[in-house]
Amino acid sequence: MAIFLDGDSKLIVQGMTGSEGMKHTRLMLAAGATVVGGVNPRKAGTTVDFPDATLPVFGSVADAMAQTGANVSVVFVPPTGTKAAVQEAVDAGMPLVVVITEGVPTHDTAEFFQYAQNAGTTRIIGPNCPGIISPGKSNAGIIPATITGAGPIGLVSKSGTLTYQMMYELRDLGFSTAVGIGGDPIIGTTHIDALRAFQDDPETEAIVMIGEIGGDAEERAAAFIAEYVTKPVVGYVAGFTAPEGKTMGHAGAIVSGSSGTAQAKKEALEAVGVRVGKTPSETARLMREVLAR
Amino acid sequence: MDLYEYQAKHLFDMHGVPVVPGAVCETPDAARIAARRIGGTTVVKAQVKTGGRGKAGGVKLAANEDEAFARAGDILGMDIKGHTVGKVLITEAAEIAEEYYVSFLLDRANRAFLAMASVEGGVEIEQVAVENPDALAMIRVDALEGCTPEKAREIVEAAAFPAEVADDVVDVLIRLWEVLTKEDATLVEVNPLVRTTDGRVLALDGKVTLDENAHFRHASHADYVDHAATDPIELRAKAFNLNYVKLDGEVGIIGNGAGLVMSTLDVVAYAGEEFGGVRPANFLDIGGGASAEVMGNGLDIVLTDPSVRSVFVNVFGGITSCVEVANGVKAAIAMLESTGRPVEKPIVCRIDGNLAEEGRAILLAAGIPGVELVETMDEAARRVAELAAAGM
Repeated sequence: MAIFLDGDSKLIVQGMTGSEGMKHTRLMLAAGATVVGGVNPRKAGTTVDFPDATLPVFGSVADAMAQTGANVSVVFVPPTGTKAAVQEAVDAGMPLVVVITEGVPTHDTAEFFQYAQNAGTTRIIGPNCPGIISPGKSNAGIIPATITGAGPIGLVSKSGTLTYQMMYELRDLGFSTAVGIGGDPIIGTTHIDALRAFQDDPETEAIVMIGEIGGDAEERAAAFIAEYVTKPVVGYVAGFTAPEGKTMGHAGAIVSGSSGTAQAKKEALEAVGVRVGKTPSETARLMREVLAR
Repeated sequence: MDLYEYQAKHLFDMHGVPVVPGAVCETPDAARIAARRIGGTTVVKAQVKTGGRGKAGGVKLAANEDEAFARAGDILGMDIKGHTVGKVLITEAAEIAEEYYVSFLLDRANRAFLAMASVEGGVEIEQVAVENPDALAMIRVDALEGCTPEKAREIVEAAAFPAEVADDVVDVLIRLWEVLTKEDATLVEVNPLVRTTDGRVLALDGKVTLDENAHFRHASHADYVDHAATDPIELRAKAFNLNYVKLDGEVGIIGNGAGLVMSTLDVVAYAGEEFGGVRPANFLDIGGGASAEVMGNGLDIVLTDPSVRSVFVNVFGGITSCVEVANGVKAAIAMLESTGRPVEKPIVCRIDGNLAEEGRAILLAAGIPGVELVETMDEAARRVAELAAAGM
């Protein structure tokens, strides 16, 4: 099962012919993902050789879908073209669009998110995220597939490297799916979306949720956990030492006045019974306790 | 990036939001000249990126140019909530009949925009929201549809603006929405928007936050960066394209990925409790690559801060292997040495992930004096805090 991405997923890469797109397409193929092609209107009709496959380049997402049956698009298109790329995928009816690109203007994200909402047929993950991996099944994005394999834990995180760190700490147990939702102010898939999917996924036994300062997504996730999630959830929140009013790397990671603090998020999660680790290692220990292994 | 009032008003003016003319001054003499040119009673307003400046004495009336000179002298150099006033704005003193509030902002939770409006302006809007929530209208604005004339009318009606100003406020809202979208702002706020005794509707104050991700399509926004008020190390880091935030502790931090670096700050602060309250000195995310050059620039930046007593290099090798990271650290230290900036502070490295064993072996074999390897993040944080405390 896993969530959002499984062994039947057929991936295309928008921006495959760029340097990041090439590198990560190679890694996705090496991880066993079924990547069936790329999109670049200027290179339509050509092919690109990778160690594990030779992939066609299509002129549009619609062409790529018609000819390959692709149902996931991974977007590496630079910020200047990200909005157009995502809207093209939405127009084509692509079910899942994973936007890796960092530095997308907030208005562009707000617009392409609303565009996808209006169409009602596309889930967006990201932008500014590492993507999603269902180990042993598929990999859409830049999460290293070499860290760990399949297992009972579901992971949802705003941060890429903390995702890797947590997967590494729990590498002996493995993951059903790990999804990096990104640290921008507006994101296509939220903690709540992932929590709901993990709760409904029979392969997931327990969930790690990683949050950070900014906004109130963690607080809302806590309320959702109380109402919907019966599987054990452990949490981690980064940014206790972040000063007010400073953006900490991620565009969305900012404490504004007294809102968006790590302390408030931790308290909200603990209030609904989520055990929150003080450090990533302690969070991993809590997960082991929860799974009793 | 938050703008100063005078910068926000500049954008307002460009998009037709009515403002009173004014002049930005850095000296009392300039304030005198500005007051003379404007004529009559003027207001001298401290330019600081924080609220509550009026209460702090940063906004004063001046009946004539001599008073403007004196008030500017009082206000320039004043400290308002940790912000030193370097500029004052001199404007015409409008005769206020009524004060309102209007804003557009990003609504993260609903992934859309939000219009807020109230006829109870001129006070802190958070206070209105708590004490009299019915007086604050909040209307969702769809990112694709925007603030149409109909939407603006809906906002005006929801906030119950008086009929005599309704049309003018509708016009102000449409133009403010244009500021928000055309300038790629995530917040535009006018508090107060006023009706003057002679019936004009004016934005007397302005707050704008610009989206730095959109700077690529706004070359002119670079002019709004206040170099004088930005931490010099932060400016230097920006020139290297590094994401650095100066903090007030003693442990220099270098890591990869925003989340991991934030986490590193926290872990160091916890560990520091044991060593007399040692804290992180900075946030520095060197991103995915961690090449020798980037690591060298990072170390250079972190060590520029004189309060740094020890440095924590905390890298998780994902796609980048720890071998590359270890070689990067080695080469960075050699590079600084060869350019006359030898590293004299102890460095604790924790490198984990892809090819961790091999990477650690490289650093061990290099045997660089002052560089220690610690296996886990928690233990490394403890060690680096201990070293910082010892160096104080």
